[in-house]
Amino acid sequence: MTNAWTDIKNTDLVIVMGGNAAEAHPCGFKWVTEAKHHRGARLIVVDPRFNRTASVADVYAPIRPGSDIAFLMGAIRYCIENDKVQWDYVKNYTNATYLVNPEFGWADGLFNGYDEEKRDYDRTAWEYQLNEDGTVKTDPTLTDPRCVWNLLKEHVAAYTPEFVENICGTPRDRYLKICEMIGATSARDKVMTSLYALGWTQHSKGAQNIRGMAMLQLILGNVGLPGGGVNALRGHSNIQGLTDIGLLSNSLPGYMNLATEKETDYATYMSTRGNKPLVPGQTSYWQNTPKFMVSFLKAMWGSAATKENDWGFDWLPKLDVPYYDILRMFDMMSRGEVNLYFCQGFNPLLSFPNRAKVTEGLSKLKLLVTIDPLQTETAHFWENHGIYNEVDSAKIMTEVLQLPATCFAEDEGATVNSGRWLQWHWPGATPPGDAKHDTWILANIFLRVRELYRKEGGVCPDPILNLAWDYKDPYEPEPAELAQEMNGRALQTLYDPTDPTKVLVEAGKLLPNFGVMRDDGSTMAGCWIYAGSWTEDGNMMARRDNSDPGEIGTYLNWTFAWPANRRILYNRASCDLEGKPWDPARKLIEWNGERWAGFDVPDIAVTAKPETVMPFIMTPEGTARLFARKLMRDGPFPIHMEPFESPVENPFNAKLRGNPVARIFPHDLEQLGTSGDFPFVATSYRLTEHFHFWTKHSRVNAVLQPEFFVEISEELAAERGITKGGRVRVWSARGEVWAKAVVTKRIRPLICNGKPVHVVGIPLHWGFMGAARKGFGPNSLTPFVGDANIDTPEFKAFLVNIEPAAEEGASA
Amino acid sequence: MSERAPEPVTAAANPPLQPLASNLLPSDVIRVSATSDVPAPERELTPVAKLIDVSKCIGCKACQSACIEWNDTHPDLEENVGVYENPHDLTPDMFTLMRFTEYENPVTNEFEWLIRKDGCMHCADPGCLKACPAPGAIVQYSNGIVDFISDNCIGCGYCVAGCPFNIPRISKTAHVSKKCTLCSDRVAVGQGPACAKACPTKAISFGTKEDMVTLANERVEDLKSRGYDHAGLYDPQGVGGTHVMYVLHHADQPSLYSGLPDDPRISPVVRGWKGPAKTVGLAVAGLAAAGAVLHGIFARPNEVTAHEEGEAEELVTHRNHAPQGDREA
Repeated sequence: MTNAWTDIKNTDLVIVMGGNAAEAHPCGFKWVTEAKHHRGARLIVVDPRFNRTASVADVYAPIRPGSDIAFLMGAIRYCIENDKVQWDYVKNYTNATYLVNPEFGWADGLFNGYDEEKRDYDRTAWEYQLNEDGTVKTDPTLTDPRCVWNLLKEHVAAYTPEFVENICGTPRDRYLKICEMIGATSARDKVMTSLYALGWTQHSKGAQNIRGMAMLQLILGNVGLPGGGVNALRGHSNIQGLTDIGLLSNSLPGYMNLATEKETDYATYMSTRGNKPLVPGQTSYWQNTPKFMVSFLKAMWGSAATKENDWGFDWLPKLDVPYYDILRMFDMMSRGEVNLYFCQGFNPLLSFPNRAKVTEGLSKLKLLVTIDPLQTETAHFWENHGIYNEVDSAKIMTEVLQLPATCFAEDEGATVNSGRWLQWHWPGATPPGDAKHDTWILANIFLRVRELYRKEGGVCPDPILNLAWDYKDPYEPEPAELAQEMNGRALQTLYDPTDPTKVLVEAGKLLPNFGVMRDDGSTMAGCWIYAGSWTEDGNMMARRDNSDPGEIGTYLNWTFAWPANRRILYNRASCDLEGKPWDPARKLIEWNGERWAGFDVPDIAVTAKPETVMPFIMTPEGTARLFARKLMRDGPFPIHMEPFESPVENPFNAKLRGNPVARIFPHDLEQLGTSGDFPFVATSYRLTEHFHFWTKHSRVNAVLQPEFFVEISEELAAERGITKGGRVRVWSARGEVWAKAVVTKRIRPLICNGKPVHVVGIPLHWGFMGAARKGFGPNSLTPFVGDANIDTPEFKAFLVNIEPAAEEGASA
Repeated sequence: MSERAPEPVTAAANPPLQPLASNLLPSDVIRVSATSDVPAPERELTPVAKLIDVSKCIGCKACQSACIEWNDTHPDLEENVGVYENPHDLTPDMFTLMRFTEYENPVTNEFEWLIRKDGCMHCADPGCLKACPAPGAIVQYSNGIVDFISDNCIGCGYCVAGCPFNIPRISKTAHVSKKCTLCSDRVAVGQGPACAKACPTKAISFGTKEDMVTLANERVEDLKSRGYDHAGLYDPQGVGGTHVMYVLHHADQPSLYSGLPDDPRISPVVRGWKGPAKTVGLAVAGLAAAGAVLHGIFARPNEVTAHEEGEAEELVTHRNHAPQGDREA
């Protein structure tokens, strides 16, 4: 989230699209009902189903799964056409005025530079026109046809209300009503917030869905303001923490990247990370990358990391592919290229697409180790459970080791919520049986592995042997020790660079913030963005003071929010160019003539003069990007693309299938279905009664939603002879499932290009372990393809067929 | 045990660390089933109420979950029968239930998904208590809570017939009638009901009835601003008002919400029944088991006239034939 859960109370308009906040985030959703109750906020829901969020919405509109970009580009077009633009914001805080290379362009649903063979774009031309000194050429009058604003206007011209209605199946009057409500928040004293989740990410163009909303919010001037922002609702309670500390295969802590195999030394790695400002005087905060990187390497290898050995840079793994995402790993596994798989707090058998392929992969492992508090389906993938897990156990040679771990209620530590708050918690229960904390398990494995390297040597033992491991009890590092390590320490006394007599931090002390980090090895920090979370003043994450002096929901003394305890990112943009709040009634910070001050930690140097330093401090431009340059693989603007499986042709280019640059492995391409065989669009989702695959192990939750079902419209039920509560078979090009049918008015056929498109809703909570009735998940059906930029699987739009089925036990 | 617990005013307040003595005493009982001479209470508790705002309810079932956990009930693991209701009805182990109605509004042509938390309404004039032939099986406190005392219950089912909302359910194994207690055990120590505490969107509030009416009026005003011209508070006067109330978008048509009675009244059979004097012989067995604190004041000689017995039987027979009669939407 750019903002925080508590901040939603400040909004005038909530749009939930690409998510189902009431259903999947019911506790956070209280801030939506709060905004409605005490601020009179309105709620818009755009979703293929009339879901639980829609049940309390002011306006609901249906949309065909996988057509969100068309809706959003249409909304941008509406705002431009109807002058619903926050002009001062757009001209000053975005790259609207920047000039783009003449070679950049698009035609037939593709941007320039497409290589069909490589499934990739040559993105060289997707850049600004630069002056000789390397700064950006701009046209503040917005008249140059090559300025970002005019290109955007041209780009969205195709997305007329007719086009949107035909592609999305959203009735035009309803769509225009929503555009009108959205457009009204371009006023300085009106703000909209966007809440989204996996309904946007789990598409082959997921990142572009989100960009579409980010651009819309920028045009309306709604980013950085209380009650505004682009807010990702994270699907697990600590998934924000997972990405923060770099658990993705190409990440390092604090959103730094792992080096590629071409970046063989530290200097080469840093050479592309200079982040020199593209506009003079801008912050471009990533210029500090060397400080964060060296501090990280010092946290990894301590005194073994020296200037002479590039701080141990060579000991970091280097990527030979863009990343080893889950799809790539399981593709390799299915081809027998993986021997050992550690599966910690994860249930791939139900979480990853094309379950048959997942089973095949797990069956080809030599060893599978699961670390989990629950009996997961993955740990039992080799057991035959009839139709629910039809495997030939005798043919599976994989050895499975289950290491029972503790659950969140049995351990101590910080959980990072969607609003980036690191909230410390304490154990509420004693772990049962032999269950051990994950830290104990990993420490014991590590120490044994290190011992093997010590005794027997091996290829490249240095990263293992040199790893800093100076915990009081090396076999069980304490949460406090780990948290302090992430926060960072001064390894030598740090002096003020402007006044060498002034001591900033004594040697050995915890760092107060990331501003004092150095690139000379005198500081260490495991995760730079967490600096300030555990200081010499104590554990900031354990704070529970809910005072709110500005009554604006920032609660600065409640736990700790990264970065720097800032509650709203880009909050300098909540003020006009002179530094006064756009809406005086919603003051967050303001320029008092000397410095920035207010009720949040300013997201800009506190003495940075307004009118010179722009709010988007992380970009070299200092502004937000309506045009994303070459930083996205599938285009600088979001362009409508169909899902890989779709009943509708790409209206720009009938030959295109899915996202033209998304990676798809050959065998998975063969396993895509077409609407001839699979005429219905399926989408997956969660229900409030359950949390993923955990709560089916709890009797109470199982009682509240006991059995796997799919949801279909009355029209589709009639067409296929399906009765309410009857048993159905649903199948795709990859698998089949059996379910109960919930026949509902909440799903209606969508009319796209004049033809009805039926939607089949498939919730995801059932498996063959636990207290609930045995069932299936949508992943038995979904395609093995992901987003072009990050490869999140396309779970939200795929094709299936459906028919009535005999009751279980009866012959099918 | 130190000081007496305060009167509950909010569902959100956490209990103090030190134990508190109950603030819901036998002497706070104002009505007792099949008992005429209830001593006048020494004090009058402030009437409490649970307000259920259907316009904030997302149907998440956290209330059901909290109810199961707090009351330590064990509802059956049922099937999916094509709807979101689970369990499919109130049961002796499920005192509250989210009911879902798909409604196409003929006036606005808008589709609405009306979700209502069903459960005991805690009527000011409780039909269950009036119908109950077992002395002390049903009591009403001066704060409005209507509570079932299982030790005194004989499982006859008259309360089911007497209830205009079709709420109590008879346990086939324990042979007692069960329903929501408004968490009288929590209220006794200054806490609101478990469902209210668990509700993530503040759709369920708990406090004094006066405060809840004020809150409801605020919500009604907001709903009217959103075009729900008939928004209103459901506090049906036919049963003397209730201590569980609803904010409805369509207060002019309560029955839209899974058959919430438009104008609930106690059945004339129960009303005409010469109430408090009746007692039932077959309650003796139940009474013998009574070990509760309440036993002392509720234990009375059991007498019932043949006429009353006949009327009661007729009532039960009648109700068995059309148990859902007043609940059809």
